[in-house]
Amino acid sequence: MKLLKKLIAAVILVPAFALAAEASFPLDQAPDRTDNLASLQRGARLFVNYCLNCHSASSMRYNRLRDIGLTEDQIKNNLLFATDKVGSLMTIAMQPKDAKAWFGTPPPDLSVIARAKASEAGSGADWLYTYLRTFYQDDSRPTGWNNMVFPNVGMPHVLWELQGIQVPQYVEEKSLGEGGGETEKKFVGFKKVRDGTMSPLEYDNAVADLVSYLQWMSEPSAHTRKRLGVWVLLFLGAFMVLAWRLNASYWKDIK
Amino acid sequence: MANPQKGSPSEQAPFSARALHWVDQRFPASSTWKAHLSEYYAPKNFNYWYAFGSLALLVLVIQIVTGIFLVMHYKPDSNLAFASVEYIMRDVPWGWLIRYMHSTGASAFFIVVYLHMVRGLLYGSYRKPRELVWLFGVAIFLCLMAEAFFGYLLPWGQMSYWGAQVIVNLFGAIPFIGPDLSLWIRGDYVVSDATLNRFFSFHVIAIPLVLLGLVVAHIVALHEVGSNNPDGVEIKEKKDENGIPLDGIPFHPYYTVHDVFVAAVFLIVFSAVLFFAPEMGGYFLEANNFVPANPLKTPPHIAPVWYFTPFYSILRATTSEFVYALEAGVVAYVALIALKTRWSGFAKIATIVIGALIIIGMLVFDAKFWGVVLMGTSVLILGGLPWLDRSPVKSIRYRPAWHMYVYIVFFVVFLILGYLGVNPPNETRNLIAQVCTFLYFGFFLLMPWWSTMGSFQPVPERVTYRPH
Repeated sequence: MKLLKKLIAAVILVPAFALAAEASFPLDQAPDRTDNLASLQRGARLFVNYCLNCHSASSMRYNRLRDIGLTEDQIKNNLLFATDKVGSLMTIAMQPKDAKAWFGTPPPDLSVIARAKASEAGSGADWLYTYLRTFYQDDSRPTGWNNMVFPNVGMPHVLWELQGIQVPQYVEEKSLGEGGGETEKKFVGFKKVRDGTMSPLEYDNAVADLVSYLQWMSEPSAHTRKRLGVWVLLFLGAFMVLAWRLNASYWKDIK
Repeated sequence: MANPQKGSPSEQAPFSARALHWVDQRFPASSTWKAHLSEYYAPKNFNYWYAFGSLALLVLVIQIVTGIFLVMHYKPDSNLAFASVEYIMRDVPWGWLIRYMHSTGASAFFIVVYLHMVRGLLYGSYRKPRELVWLFGVAIFLCLMAEAFFGYLLPWGQMSYWGAQVIVNLFGAIPFIGPDLSLWIRGDYVVSDATLNRFFSFHVIAIPLVLLGLVVAHIVALHEVGSNNPDGVEIKEKKDENGIPLDGIPFHPYYTVHDVFVAAVFLIVFSAVLFFAPEMGGYFLEANNFVPANPLKTPPHIAPVWYFTPFYSILRATTSEFVYALEAGVVAYVALIALKTRWSGFAKIATIVIGALIIIGMLVFDAKFWGVVLMGTSVLILGGLPWLDRSPVKSIRYRPAWHMYVYIVFFVVFLILGYLGVNPPNETRNLIAQVCTFLYFGFFLLMPWWSTMGSFQPVPERVTYRPH
């Protein structure tokens, strides 16, 4: 046990070598609403209406939406545009070849996008939440849009009618780098040039719902997993106590 | 062996006794049970370090059983593989549980095996007469690395794909045959469907077969010579009138109940990860591996999974400038052997010739090749331990206190190399990795000298044991 303590102490020393992560656009923390069925349902509606035309979610079945409180009829009547079978996968009609010609790169499948975008800078949900709120007008891009989190992204701002149109504001600042004297542009915020149908607060709220849906969809069994985990740990805890006493009752004979 | 006249149960004996007797006359059931469990005498002073062997067996069983179910649903086809994993995660009943058990089990296997090896190092479990036990163990570790490497390609994500690409390309650094060899391994000019299929075959058939055989050999060899213990005392030297070691207790039931308890503790930790953090912050399941493999898009940072990173760091540390430092190291080591050993003149001349050939090789072939050599050596050198360790006692308990610090420095060096291997390189990190590479090899290569130094305490006649 003494050895073990020394080794643990040694392990704790290691993070002292940790170095700062590279600078990139800071991510906002996404509200976690994956246990809020109303949010997930609103997110699912936004997803099906705005995302599921160019992006597929080809690992996801429509009828899995029953897990977030929808009935098969509700799914059929409100969310089923591309197919008539409620057990179908969320595929799209757009061909990857066409997509490449139109956007420069085929839009990625979104089944597990919330897991794929995790990094040291934040969770995948944080990335998506920030990404979907930092599109801005940029006439130098073919789509007329650019993004703070994903510079020169091929995707246009699909939600612009909701958010409105914004442009980034910069201030000139003396750089503190090696050269000194030189100025660099520092981002200080966005300026609205045209209002959307939603207020900024409503828009953030809608994006939070959409991101929660994407997060739920990336692992629909996550909720079951955690719930089951509690029972498994309770069982193993009780089992451990029994095993411990069994062990002790055998070992009391060993002198 | 079973005697049909003497041991035969009467007509009134219960059916189970008669059935067992029937089997024993045809198969060594009872005798094997006795030899390996109920009458296998293990030292009574095992501590918790001794639990990791049976935990490794538990994880092996978890991996094989979950693997069988995964293969029922997985598709080893580059067009279907990624989606079939998500199919397992969503549409296969309890598929997510099986898959997470397998992915968490992979990392757990390495944690348990690394701790099992630390135990061997601390108590000198590789020393005579347990050299073969240790060598089988090193072979198991090699198989485990191969198994993990082949398995990691199967989800067909970006990290799977590019990790395999990087590692297979390493074989390309071997002089003369390298490029053809890596082409032969891949079965294509890039990692492709052909590669996926053969890796699948290796992962589910070839390596597990070898692995199971080696595990049996490891245990049979161990039970032949008997287990070591934290005191490094040979319990077989002190036996009672029945030939039973005085400090030995039957493995079953004493260590089976022990191991059941330890298994419960292990499963609690295992389940905590599995159910609440299956990605383990990107260390067990990397975010980039949730992006399907794309041969046209190289990720900015390719790192192997955490359990390979110490060795990967050694590979990456071997830059062309570092080769000069290695040459100096080879010269110094040859000089040390020539001046400080009592080897015969012939052996010394042979050493000098080999050293000279290595240095010429370092001047001729590029650093990448030597990186691969160093990485391979850093694993294989473990097999040399029984002959490198010259200390008069086995266990760290009776060695000079400063030996413990040598081990701690070695373990910390291993962890630092692991940490560096996870992260993208830069100049400072490379320098640290290079220093650590020297310390890593120094630990082994200088062991014949340092392990004899200092004042050793007398080893007791019998094991030290406090009843509990």
